[in-house]
Amino acid sequence: MPVGMTIRVRLVFLGRLQDLAGAAERMVEAAQASTVDALLDQLEPELAAALRSPKVRIAVAGALGGFDRTLSDGDEVAFLPPVSGG
Amino acid sequence: MATKWPSCPRSAAAEVATDVRLLDAPLEPAAELARFAGAHRGAGGIASFVGQVRAESGADAVLELELSHYPPLTLPGMVALAETAAARWPLDGLLLLHRTGSLGPGEPIVLVAAAARHRRDAFAAADFAMDHLKSEAWFWKRERTAAGWRWIEPRAEDHADKARWTISSQG
Repeated sequence: MPVGMTIRVRLVFLGRLQDLAGAAERMVEAAQASTVDALLDQLEPELAAALRSPKVRIAVAGALGGFDRTLSDGDEVAFLPPVSGG
Repeated sequence: MATKWPSCPRSAAAEVATDVRLLDAPLEPAAELARFAGAHRGAGGIASFVGQVRAESGADAVLELELSHYPPLTLPGMVALAETAAARWPLDGLLLLHRTGSLGPGEPIVLVAAAARHRRDAFAAADFAMDHLKSEAWFWKRERTAAGWRWIEPRAEDHADKARWTISSQG
């Protein structure tokens, strides 16, 4: 992709998702105005499938949102599996 | 509730002193409760609950519990929970403290305390807060046993416990 046409996004994997992703965080590049869904297409299929589970909630820039959410440069996207209980 | 307290509008919750914190160092329930009681000397009673890491023996014994959270959501979610409880019961104060990080057997994980003029409000608010912390708060736990690390999955009972509070009628 041409310089200036991409955004950088930080992915954060909570709970057991970090084992699947191999790290708690990952920086990725994506085309401008990508959705979370489009970004998942770049990831390993097994990881993307786990992140698309209906049980996984996502937060973009600290607010719960959906997979159709459009991303901006510098956004943080967190993937939140079911909580274990406090 | 609304019929019993017609002069207690929801905005009264703003007057309830809520103390909500995440702690990455040991939680000391006795000291925290003493401070909370001192701040609410006018309350008729204080109900509290302490959750701690089970100390067990044998091959399945938990050697370490690790609590991770997501800062943008975890504390704001707990603050919202405290505000909901404070709006639902006439309280003088509400304390929600939760550990993060690594804990050993017997260490306190969570402390909830509610101070109220009447004991039933204190018991109910503390119970409500615990049920919602267990089922909704953004925490992920994994435990280490002799066999290694294992993530703790949600328990159906925790969601059933929370559901108790939506069945009861609200005025």
